[in-house]
Amino acid sequence: MNTISNYIKSLFLIELMKGLILTGRYFFKRKITVQYPEEKTPMSPRFRGLHAQRRYANGEERCIACKLCEAVCPALAITIELEEREDGSRRTTRYDIDLTKCIYCGFCEESCPVDAIVETRHFEYYGDVREDLYMTKEKLLAHGDKFEKQIAADRAADAKYR
Amino acid sequence: MLEAIQSALSFLPDGLVTLLIILLKIFALLLPLLGAVAYLTLAERKVIGYIQIRIGPNRVGPRGLLQPIADAVKLMFKETILPTNANLFLFILGPILTIGPAMAAWAVVPFDDGLVIADIDASLLYILAMTSLGVYGVIIAGWASNSKYAFLGAMRSAAQIVSYEIAMGFALVGVLLAAGSLDLGEIVNAQQGSVIQWFMWPLLPLFLIYFISGLAETNRAPFDVAEGESEIVAGFHVEYSAMTFSVFFLAEYANIILISLLTATMFLGGWLSPFEGILPESMLTGGGLGLLLGSGIHWLLLKTAFFMFLFLWIRATYPRYRYDQIMRLGWKVFIPITIVWLMVVAAMVVGNVGPWFD
Repeated sequence: MNTISNYIKSLFLIELMKGLILTGRYFFKRKITVQYPEEKTPMSPRFRGLHAQRRYANGEERCIACKLCEAVCPALAITIELEEREDGSRRTTRYDIDLTKCIYCGFCEESCPVDAIVETRHFEYYGDVREDLYMTKEKLLAHGDKFEKQIAADRAADAKYR
Repeated sequence: MLEAIQSALSFLPDGLVTLLIILLKIFALLLPLLGAVAYLTLAERKVIGYIQIRIGPNRVGPRGLLQPIADAVKLMFKETILPTNANLFLFILGPILTIGPAMAAWAVVPFDDGLVIADIDASLLYILAMTSLGVYGVIIAGWASNSKYAFLGAMRSAAQIVSYEIAMGFALVGVLLAAGSLDLGEIVNAQQGSVIQWFMWPLLPLFLIYFISGLAETNRAPFDVAEGESEIVAGFHVEYSAMTFSVFFLAEYANIILISLLTATMFLGGWLSPFEGILPESMLTGGGLGLLLGSGIHWLLLKTAFFMFLFLWIRATYPRYRYDQIMRLGWKVFIPITIVWLMVVAAMVVGNVGPWFD
């Protein structure tokens, strides 16, 4: 009996019609496309984009060259060299992030005791040559200065979950 | 209008005028056809996009309307790569043999009563011959490419098209029986009267089988194993690039339009108005509304557009058939059904069963 009813179903293309009706209904559904450069999807404050180095309010750079980020970095993308400044504080002379190696895991940011290295929401960057994707200390600081307001707001929004 | 051109050219020898007029007719048919082919590609991307709740191409021109032109320009300026180990003569012949019959078949298509380039008596046979010739282009292209994937695609395509040709031919025999003529114009006129008279009702199984075989004949999803981009890269046209490649697609889309148009002509009453026999005769003739509601080329185009949409809709809905399933469907389902229904149709014709054959 079952075989016969299956046979009749396939003969009259019942299942195929059902499929067509389903896709036909989708034809009239509201489209979910986000027209990227004009429209953007909402973004979390935890978004991990391009790196930045932060400063304190008085302009002093936060990084104390503890090398925790360099140690934790799974992709070995961070290179740090340091020296003791005249005032006796420990500072970096070189802080490079190789973006071609970086996997944007956010461990550097997690490990930083002074919230110096952060990952920002900025992700629309590119490099014409490889050197453009080697972030030096100057570039990182400049990027941090530019987006400090948003970086601070994002950290504040996320603070209660840390 | 034709007479006006004829008299304006009367200073030329008679044969030349005839030739020019024929050429003019061909251009008047082919240019809109190629335009339709170009925009069918856009329609396909849009329709499939909509069904996948996307919006499809919308960057080139307003709502993406210039996309086919951009595509055409791109394809024209790309380099045509000729593989070293390919048989060059056959390699070039493949696309030509595909597009030639696809275009030539249009010569006998009637768009309205008497509106046809070549009014021949056996136009249905001619169409059957032309659409079958397309497979040679595919086989030659696949063979000449000297590539495994292309060869596999060509073999699959040959087997598939040959199998479905039979079911398609039988479905057409049903139409012949019902109409009593091989002339497409006659076939349409035999469906006059009302919507009930359309051949899709007495020949419903043949109608469905003809359309599904049409899908297989044009190598469209879900019967696109010849192309099978996920298994054999692109089948018979892996080695083709630029214009040689686009010629295959011109032919494929021209064939889609042709099959849609033939389905509309043979089963849905071609240019006949669906309001025949429902509205009073006076509303269907004369100017104004009568022009719109009465029979005319616009009904044929509308019916064709519906089937073209169905092609795209089906492509967006079904996954590709497995090769053995295609063969099973063609040989063990379609051919028996068509043969049985041919007998039914023959009995109906002999027995003058109404409302169709009385």
